[in-house]
Amino acid sequence: MIFSKDSWKEIFDTIRKNKLRTFLSGFTVAIGIFIFIVLFGFGNGLQNSFSEFFVDDKVNTIRIYPSSTTLPYRGYESGRRIEFTNQDLIEIKEKFNSEVEDIVVRNTFYNQIKYKDKSNQYQVRAVSPGHKEAENTILMSGRYLHEGDIENQKKYAVIGRLVAQDLFEGKDPIGEHIFGSNHSWRVIGVFQDEGGDREERMLYVPYTAMQEIQKNSDKINQMIVIYNSAMTYDESLVLEKKLELYIKNKKFISPDDNRGVYISNTGEELENSKNFAAVLQIVVTFIGIGTLIAGIIGISNIMVFVVKERTKELGIRKAIGATPNSIILMILQESIFITTISGYAGLITAMITLKIIGNNLQEKYFISNPYIDSGDALFATLILIFFGALAGYLPARKAAKIKPIIALRDK
Amino acid sequence: MIEINDLNKSYSIGKNSLHVLKGINLQIQEGELVAIMGSSGSGKSTLLNIIGMLDNYDSGSYQLDSVPIKDLDETKAAKYRNKFLGFVFQSFNLINYKTAIENIALPLYYQGIASKERQKIAMDYLDKVGLKDWASHLPSELSGGQKQRIAIARALASKPKVLLADEPTGALDSKTSDEVMELIIQINQEGKTILVVTHEQEVANMCNRIITLKDGVIMTDIKTK
Repeated sequence: MIFSKDSWKEIFDTIRKNKLRTFLSGFTVAIGIFIFIVLFGFGNGLQNSFSEFFVDDKVNTIRIYPSSTTLPYRGYESGRRIEFTNQDLIEIKEKFNSEVEDIVVRNTFYNQIKYKDKSNQYQVRAVSPGHKEAENTILMSGRYLHEGDIENQKKYAVIGRLVAQDLFEGKDPIGEHIFGSNHSWRVIGVFQDEGGDREERMLYVPYTAMQEIQKNSDKINQMIVIYNSAMTYDESLVLEKKLELYIKNKKFISPDDNRGVYISNTGEELENSKNFAAVLQIVVTFIGIGTLIAGIIGISNIMVFVVKERTKELGIRKAIGATPNSIILMILQESIFITTISGYAGLITAMITLKIIGNNLQEKYFISNPYIDSGDALFATLILIFFGALAGYLPARKAAKIKPIIALRDK
Repeated sequence: MIEINDLNKSYSIGKNSLHVLKGINLQIQEGELVAIMGSSGSGKSTLLNIIGMLDNYDSGSYQLDSVPIKDLDETKAAKYRNKFLGFVFQSFNLINYKTAIENIALPLYYQGIASKERQKIAMDYLDKVGLKDWASHLPSELSGGQKQRIAIARALASKPKVLLADEPTGALDSKTSDEVMELIIQINQEGKTILVVTHEQEVANMCNRIITLKDGVIMTDIKTK
């Protein structure tokens, strides 16, 4: 009798005739699930943005920049400008051969670049071929710089997607010649970069070609050391220290000088970002559990109230022949039915909301592609249904135990 | 139909215990219409609640239709109530969100009778109490007399052996009271055993036996007809 069509009919009847009560308990569950999923999705979206910021560049790199000394050392006065040369690069490469995959050159310039009647100011990076790996540059067409281009000081350029868009306006740039620094450069490739627009308004040229233009200079601004990816963070710190000591010694910089040479380890950024992501994860989990608990308290309150309100009705039902079990089952069936339907409604609405939000909040709030694992969402819904049922069961059991005479006295 | 021997019932109030029924002996035959009278505190409602299995007793014996009724758990009590008894209360106790006909059909639902059959039976009883046209009305749309007639129909629908009425006219004016009592008498004349608890002499006078309780004992037991 309990799970018959009739008992469902009785429950639908009760639900239909107690719309406010049904709405309140259903709404509590739906809003609980909705808030949980949207907040949890936002948390995941924050994490997405966060990881996007840090996947741009290769992480196992140490960047070395020369600067000016601040302490006198071995007969040199302070304030001396440190410069690296091609010879330094060769020596460092030899010295750290076993620990280092590559040492990449990056000399940065700003130049007016011209193609036919179009021209614009762009950052030009005079680099070695390994720069592609260090910067995670993605080639769209053509090719990147080769060792041969470096050796032969070729006037070749790999241009950013937006440079191609600005200057060529849809025309295929490969093989065309652009003009900058009083020389003509042949476009051999077009690239894109996940680091954003700025990274795509750039040109890469062989650093040797740029050095040749600048009266055969052999200066290097920045070296990017790509160390073995198998190295742990701590090992990379040791390498960083060794590099620093080696360079300071080589360039006669006091070991106590905080300047003269800057060394920054992107592994450190990764380590920081890992910590930050972990904190973010805790915050998201906390928000999730918090909303879920609020939802559980909400539905529990409603269920206790609903059963309290029905005490007299339950007494009448018992007086005319309802068994305690049939009373409990009726309330359970009703509460599970309402929470399941409304929980599911909240779940679907929240999923759709997240879908609609999509990447709209990326720019302002750094929430990209908010999502929730459907397993997590379902689990949360089941938790609320379970607690809704439990919150209904406890007072229902109590009400079913009350003697009808006492329940009937209740007004 | 009802056989009660040396029935005792006390309520404990804090440390003191209040002896409400003190050795009641009572036999009621099938087809009787019995009024139980007494002032408040005489124990008349307690007696009715025990007969109605809404309350249990301490000592003595109680048999209903030759079935001993003692220490029932709630599930069994519910089944016996459904099978043996129909209740009519002073405050009607209709379920306020169910229509007249749905209220009458509810005991049949707990008897496991199919929906269509329930409707039919409920309609018959609705007709019997003269409220056929009010089938789809909610209790809030009915007068006190109409509500009590619905309650009587509900009590009869499960075909009980005994109908128990606790102050059935207590909330009604005298004209409506008469109408409700006439209905009760009519049902009795059709053979139903009925117990009416009342403190109104006029109501009692319409019954064919009047039992008067005072301080937990039966003072008088008079057959009027």
